[in-house]
Amino acid sequence: MSKYLLRRILILIPVLAGISVVLFTILAMAPGDPFEELATNPNVPPEVRMNLRAKFGLDDPLPLRYVRWMVSMLRGDWGFSFVSRVDVDTLIVQRLPATLAVLGSALVLAILIAIPIGTYSALRPYSIFDQIATTLAFIGFSLPTFFTGLLFILLFSIHLDWLPFIYRADISSTGWRWWWEHLRQAIMPVAVLGLFQAASMTRFMRAAVLDVIRLDYVNTARAKGLSESVTLIKHVVRNALIPVVTLVALQIPGIFGGAIVTEQIFRVPGIGSLLIASILANDTPVVMAVTFIFSILVLASNLVADLLYAWLDPRISYR
Amino acid sequence: MAARIASGTVIGKLNVASTAPRTSLWRETGRRFRRHRLAMIGSVILLALLLAVLVGPLVWRVPINDIDFKAKLKGPSWSHPLGTDDLGQDVLARMLYGGRISLAVGIAAMLIAISIGTAIGATSGFLGGAVDHTLMRITDMFLSLPGLPLLLLIVYLFRDTLRKMFGPEAGIFILIVAVIGGLRWMPVARLVRAQFLSLREKEFVESARSLGAPPLRQVVRHILPNSMGPVIVAGTIDVAAAIIAESTLSFLGLGFPPDIPTWGRILYDAKDNLDFAPHWAIFPGTAIFLTVLSINYIGDGLRDALDPRKVLGK
Repeated sequence: MSKYLLRRILILIPVLAGISVVLFTILAMAPGDPFEELATNPNVPPEVRMNLRAKFGLDDPLPLRYVRWMVSMLRGDWGFSFVSRVDVDTLIVQRLPATLAVLGSALVLAILIAIPIGTYSALRPYSIFDQIATTLAFIGFSLPTFFTGLLFILLFSIHLDWLPFIYRADISSTGWRWWWEHLRQAIMPVAVLGLFQAASMTRFMRAAVLDVIRLDYVNTARAKGLSESVTLIKHVVRNALIPVVTLVALQIPGIFGGAIVTEQIFRVPGIGSLLIASILANDTPVVMAVTFIFSILVLASNLVADLLYAWLDPRISYR
Repeated sequence: MAARIASGTVIGKLNVASTAPRTSLWRETGRRFRRHRLAMIGSVILLALLLAVLVGPLVWRVPINDIDFKAKLKGPSWSHPLGTDDLGQDVLARMLYGGRISLAVGIAAMLIAISIGTAIGATSGFLGGAVDHTLMRITDMFLSLPGLPLLLLIVYLFRDTLRKMFGPEAGIFILIVAVIGGLRWMPVARLVRAQFLSLREKEFVESARSLGAPPLRQVVRHILPNSMGPVIVAGTIDVAAAIIAESTLSFLGLGFPPDIPTWGRILYDAKDNLDFAPHWAIFPGTAIFLTVLSINYIGDGLRDALDPRKVLGK
C-alpha cells in the first residue's frame, strides 16, 4: 500500500513540473513590463531601469528564469501582494480554510445525495422514481452554478428572508450562536455546489450500478444467503463506486471552477474570491499564486482518488 | 477472368441482399435519434432559440443601447416584453443580440476543441509508440490543469494586447474562444485515440493497407469517418460546456465588455438589482439553462442513436 502511494506521488512530480512550465510560459509570454511605470517617468533615466531589470534577472534567458521562479515557489517565497502589501502566502493561508470547508461540505452533500438515489434508480430502472431522478439530474447539471446561486438568493434571501446572502467571516456572537450563524450562511453556497456535483454523480452512479447488478458475483452473494442490504452495500455499491471515482476525479477541475463562482456570488472569503479580486486589481503575484494553489489542489484530489481506488479495489495497489 | 466471375457472383449476392430495405448508417442513426423523445424536444427548443437569435433582431427592431431612464428596471410589459435594465434598455433586444455571441462562442470553441482533439488523438492512435506515450502524458497533464482559474489568468494577462490588435469585440471573442477550445480538447483526443487503436487493426483498414493506400489515406478515408460517432457526441456536449464557460467568465465581469450583452454579461449586470428587478436576471439565466439543457438532451439522444450495440437490439 505505501509502495503504491509512493508510486502515485512520484507520478505527480512530472505532472506538477509540466503544469508549472505551462503557468510560467503563460506569464513569460504575457505582454506588459513590471517596470512600465519607470519607462514612462521622465525623471528616471533609462540606465536605472536597465540596471533594475538586470538586478531582478528579467533579461536572463527563459530557462534560467523558470528555474529561479520554480525554486523560490518551492521554498515558499511567493512574493508579496501589490495591493494589500502582505506576503502572498499569508494571504492564502488566511483564505484557504473557507474554500476547503465549503468544497468539502459540498462534496459530502453530493455523495449523500448521489449514492442512494443513483443506486435506487438503477435497482428500478425506468420506474417513476428513476424517471424523476434522471430528469432532475439533467436539470441539475444543465443549470450553471451562477444561475442557481442567484435563484437561491432570490428565493431564500429576498423572497422568504430565511438565509443571509452575504457570507461574513467576522461573526461576533459566541458559543452555539456562533455555530448557528456559520451554518446558516454556509447553507446556500454548499447547497449550490453540492447539488451541482450531485446531479452528474447520480447519473454516473446509476450507470455503474446498472453495469454491476447483473454480474455473476452479485447472484452468488444472493445465492449464498446474504441479506439484500449486505449484497447491495458490500458487493454492488462498492464495485460500482470504482468507475464513479474515475469520473468524479476527471470533474475535479470543473468543481474548483464552480467553487470560484459560488464564492464570488455569496462573497465567501476564500481563495476563489481572492483570485477574482486580485485580477480586477491587477495583482499579478496573488493571481499566479492562487492559480498555482488550484493546480496543487487538483493534483491532491487526484491523489485522494487514487487512494480511494486502492481501498475500493485492493487489486489495484498490487499492480 | 476468374476475378470477373468472382465479382459477378458477389454482385449477384448483393442484389439478393438488397431486396431487404436498404438503410444507410446515417439514415438509421437519424431514425433512432427521432425515437428519443427528449432529444427531439431538445432539438426543437434549440432550433427555436437559434431562429430567435438569428431572425429575432430583424423582427424586434428595438436598439440594444436605447437608454430611457423613465422606463428603467420595469418588469415585462407590452412595449418591453422582457422588461428593462437599470438604464431603461430593452432586455429582449439585448438578449437576442447577446445570444448570437453566446451561441457563436459555444460553436466556435467546440470546433477548436474537436479539431485539436482529433488531430492529437489521431496522431497518437495511428503512430503509437513513443509519440503516443508523449502525447498521452501531455493530455493527462492538461486534464489536471485547473480550467477556470487558468482561463481567468490567461484572459487577465492577454486581454489588453488582443483588444489593441483586433478591436474590443473581435479581440475578446478570439481570446475567449481560443482559450476555451484550447482547454477542452482532451476528452476528444482520448476518444479518438481509443477508436484509432481498435480501428487500425480492423480488416477493412488492413485491406486498404494491402491495396497500397498511403497512411494519410488510410486515416482520412477509412479510420477517421468510422471514429466520428463518439466525437460528435463529445462535440455536442462541448458546445454546452463552452457556453457555460463563456457565461461564467462574463458573469465574473472578466468576459465581454458591457456593450456586448452576452447572456452571462447581462446576468453580471443584473445580479446587484436582484431584489427589485428579478426579471432582468431570470430571463437570460433561463436562456442559458434552456440552451444547455436541450444540448445535453441532444447529446444523450445522439449517444443512444450512434451506439452500435443498440442496432442489433431494435
